[in-house]
Amino acid sequence: MKHTISVLLQNKPGVLSRVTGLFSGRGFNIESLCVAETLEPDVSCLTLVTRGDNNIIEQITKQLHKLIDVIKVTDIGDKEYVEREMILIRVKAEAGTRAEVLRVIDIFRGKVVDVSSKSYAVEVTGSASKIQAVIDILRPIGIKEIVRTGTIAMARANKA
Amino acid sequence: MKKITGSQAIVQCLHEEGVKTIFGFPGGAVLDLYDQLFNADIEHVLVRHEQGAVHAADAYSRVTGEVGVALLTSGPGATNGVTGIATAYMDSIPIVVLTGQVPTPLIGNDAFQEVDIVGITRPCTKHNYLVKKAEDLVPTIREAFHIARTGRPGPVLVDLPKDVVASMISYPEKKPIRMQSYQPTYEPHIGQIAKACKVILGANKPVLYAGGGVVLSNAHAELFELATKLNIPVTMTLMGLGAFPGSHDLCMGMLGMHGTYTANMAVAKSDLLIAVGARFDDRVTGRLDAFAKDAKIIHIDIDPTSISKNVKVDIPIVADCKYALTAVNNWLKTEKSINLEEAAARYQPWRDTINDWKIQHPLVFKDEGEIIKPQYVIQKLDELTKGEAIITTEVGQNQMWAAQFYKFDKPRKFVTSGGLGTMGFGLPAAIGAKIAFPNIHVIDIAGDGSIQMNIQELATAKQYNCPIKVAILNNGYLGMVRQWQELFYGKRYSSTVMETVPDFVELAKAYGAVGLRASKKSEVEDVIKEALATDNVVIMDFKIAREEGVYPMVPAGKATTEMLLV
Repeated sequence: MKHTISVLLQNKPGVLSRVTGLFSGRGFNIESLCVAETLEPDVSCLTLVTRGDNNIIEQITKQLHKLIDVIKVTDIGDKEYVEREMILIRVKAEAGTRAEVLRVIDIFRGKVVDVSSKSYAVEVTGSASKIQAVIDILRPIGIKEIVRTGTIAMARANKA
Repeated sequence: MKKITGSQAIVQCLHEEGVKTIFGFPGGAVLDLYDQLFNADIEHVLVRHEQGAVHAADAYSRVTGEVGVALLTSGPGATNGVTGIATAYMDSIPIVVLTGQVPTPLIGNDAFQEVDIVGITRPCTKHNYLVKKAEDLVPTIREAFHIARTGRPGPVLVDLPKDVVASMISYPEKKPIRMQSYQPTYEPHIGQIAKACKVILGANKPVLYAGGGVVLSNAHAELFELATKLNIPVTMTLMGLGAFPGSHDLCMGMLGMHGTYTANMAVAKSDLLIAVGARFDDRVTGRLDAFAKDAKIIHIDIDPTSISKNVKVDIPIVADCKYALTAVNNWLKTEKSINLEEAAARYQPWRDTINDWKIQHPLVFKDEGEIIKPQYVIQKLDELTKGEAIITTEVGQNQMWAAQFYKFDKPRKFVTSGGLGTMGFGLPAAIGAKIAFPNIHVIDIAGDGSIQMNIQELATAKQYNCPIKVAILNNGYLGMVRQWQELFYGKRYSSTVMETVPDFVELAKAYGAVGLRASKKSEVEDVIKEALATDNVVIMDFKIAREEGVYPMVPAGKATTEMLLV
């Protein structure tokens, strides 16, 4: 099963390598990984998507927690949460397809961020399934290149 | 405030941490530090290979319970230490390894003797540091000691660039260490303790399974109290030997691949397994689905990752073994409703079964006249040292025979590379142990193969007047691998025959040590007696039965009840 794990860690050189080294050394897989500073500049937040049964996820969270530089580990999948990913897509946009591309991007609430005579670069944000959908739709038109950020996620606030 | 050099600060900090001895080998990147050590009140033991320094520091820690310290230079000095660091990591031994590094402006430039030792040792240290700023020097070393000795202990490496060590700093005041991201759990959850106690009292066939964690947390007295109060039989892992007296009636010996018949049967047939400071290693469990399959499992461990990693646990208790066992013992004392005698009496049929197993299948070997059996050598060592020596081992058959036939009644007497299984460990370990306890006999039980992996340390032993004894069980083979080839590879002894073995008696002489040899059983006792009476490093070369095997043996991947017996 897919799990999204959020890790708060010390923002120091080598910390990311401790996390990735743990995954490669113990044979856990990483589907995506996203890391940046939090409000506190000496703390980073790392969002990681991985796959595994409950035992594996338990080991992953425990092993992450055991790293000295890791402050907090949350398996976001345990809760209600929002997730977002951003994709940049360079798609063929020639005379016959320019309007079509714009229509598709509009439907996905994306925007064009770079234009050339033969292509558009577009930006779309959303859940992993939305990102997959936009790729599927644009593929027949002709995708030249994509870059994805990987998922970031945040638990929803308590409803009370 | 008065400024001092980084190297002065390091030595002062080592003093503050209570360091009396460090093991090391100098080089360009650590010259400043060595200059400072020249007149310092800290003994420096110059080894002959950096691996030896780390093993010696590791053993020093194993026998004293204090943090061992090794000092290595950059590049090859540091990489030579890696096997030692990994050895300590696998066995959770608290050591601090200080490595020299090229000056910070040169880092990343492929400078002479530069290596990214922090990168290399990331997966085999509990934590490691590269100190980039002079003001971080002392706080980092303090933190390194703190991390090494607390929680589940382990090796911590601090990489020290030459310019940082040479810079001038003010020595910072010592403050209690508080780390936001590192707060190990010592105290057990009291609800879990109550739950565990009730399960213990309800069991009919309980077994205590004690590991290295009991030794590390000095919980042997608490373990003894629990076992003897309730009449619960005890088995130990290789790392746990000595945690419970080996000659006690309740002791079943070691479990696992070369464990006793009794221990393996008892675990398999138990209805409750109380694991204390052990980690269900594959050498202990054999085939997992057959391991203690009818037993409820209580698992006490300070490291949450050890719990339910290999075997699903019913009652996890994350705590230091000493704290947890104390809580269990207290609960049993204060709970009025329970009748300990009744529980102890109820376990009696189980005890009887276990005693029957002990009588039917003790640890045995076939005596063959004047041929020296390795097990006999160990028995004699045990007898002639009254079981009170510190025994270090190499890895392989020598290690297993030592574990089986030397009866350890006290903890911190058996020093062996359990997790990593490092050949070449025993000799430098013996030096580390002897330096810690000069008045106790320290014996390295070795094979003719593994002794050659760090034999250069004989010179270290001589230089520092460490009259350690090395008992080589010499069969001219890499015995354990040969045994597997005999059993599972149709006796094809591929690269396990040591066609050239040095004359160990002459070799000892070359180092200024004493060499003794026994080729017949009747010579064994005299050789050991002479060695123990000699105030010098002694190598005892025992020409043993060449193809003797270690039994019982659970073939890899089999259930622990499927033992091959003698």
